[in-house]
Amino acid sequence: MDGAHDMGGAKGFGPVVPEPNEPVFHDEWERRAFALTVAMSRPGGWNIDMSRFARENRPPEDYLSKSYFQIWLAGLETLMVERGLVSREEIEAGKVLLPPKPGVPTLAPADVVPTIRRGASTERAQKSPAMFAVGDTVRMKQIHPQTHTRLPQYVRGHLGTIEINHGCHVFADLNSLGVPDNQQWLYTVKFDGPELWGKHSDPTLSISVDAWESYLERV
Amino acid sequence: MSDHDHDHDDHHHHHDHDHSELSETELRVRALESILTEKGYVDPASLDLLIDLYEKKIGPRNGIRVVAKAWSDPAYHARLMQDATAAIAELDYSGRQGEHMVVVENTPEQHNMVVCTLCSCYPHPVLGLPPVWYKSAPYRSRAVSDPRGVLQDFGVTLPETTKIRVWDSTAEIRYLVLPMRPTGTEGWSAEQLAELVTRDSMIGTGLPKQPGETA
Repeated sequence: MDGAHDMGGAKGFGPVVPEPNEPVFHDEWERRAFALTVAMSRPGGWNIDMSRFARENRPPEDYLSKSYFQIWLAGLETLMVERGLVSREEIEAGKVLLPPKPGVPTLAPADVVPTIRRGASTERAQKSPAMFAVGDTVRMKQIHPQTHTRLPQYVRGHLGTIEINHGCHVFADLNSLGVPDNQQWLYTVKFDGPELWGKHSDPTLSISVDAWESYLERV
Repeated sequence: MSDHDHDHDDHHHHHDHDHSELSETELRVRALESILTEKGYVDPASLDLLIDLYEKKIGPRNGIRVVAKAWSDPAYHARLMQDATAAIAELDYSGRQGEHMVVVENTPEQHNMVVCTLCSCYPHPVLGLPPVWYKSAPYRSRAVSDPRGVLQDFGVTLPETTKIRVWDSTAEIRYLVLPMRPTGTEGWSAEQLAELVTRDSMIGTGLPKQPGETA
């Protein structure tokens, strides 16, 4: 979806303000919200693209006024309510009103470090040969899905060059919808600054995105 | 609240003595954690372990070791550029948000900078969780269109002829910048070189310290 999260090239947000000696978390609730989100993905069973969509799928004024971990919290609440793990009424009341959903797995303390250390590879077996080769010129499709996509608006319709073939990876757009066996070839596509920003571009600039094959058109 | 509660807690700043100090968000997270615990979905001990892992074990010191080794060991440098995920795993760093690593090397001709314009993708096993500025609208919007302006916000000015290459992390590939080894460090050990590597130099918004800049 073309939401407020898709920020590349937007104007007016002002300077970047680094914080010297920044702590990992700024408040106790950020620690707990982060850990709850990571731990709940086991009983929740959602994937990373579902959780990204739950965070970005909100009105721009809400996305832009919440802090990062407030967005995580709101996304977690949405994911849990959608799956019947908790109800909105329970969240608002701050107490348990309904019995737990039966038979859901939990993240045991002994599993924490192995789970994080293992991660979740997104590489999958190829289903068909790659359509593009390194060096090919491609055009990014002009698409505007209502659902989750990882094709940023600022590159849509523009010409780029295939720079790296990363193999076949889980395709975010379909993964967010729960479609199985969705893998596609994944490429790094490089753009010259002036192709994206016209005469205002720094002439020495180039930018790349990582793009699945169905984002690309042959030219 | 009764008075004796905060006698036990006054060295912890738990704010337990006065709920009016708790923000709506703090209260919401506390209530949610107790709901999820009572329902048996989460074990608070697992939450504590996750927080400990990300606050104490996973952080930029891991990436600093990778860079210092690449600067001091040509064979490791070659392996890192060939297959970054495997070379980083040699130092025992792997997993969540670092499953597919690519290292991009700065040269006198090209400076690399990493961003995630769509959310906050960042190579956790080598850099930890991202700083607030990396997740902020100013960085996500401007890194791809005005990287030299962003570098100025960090007090960094590059020669006009240096090309700028920005990597937008839109899939599950995670990028680590290998900064240029500072001159005047010939013969330094990996441990000495590590003192020069900064987190921001591995994102591309900073440069390594120069010899003599370290304490």
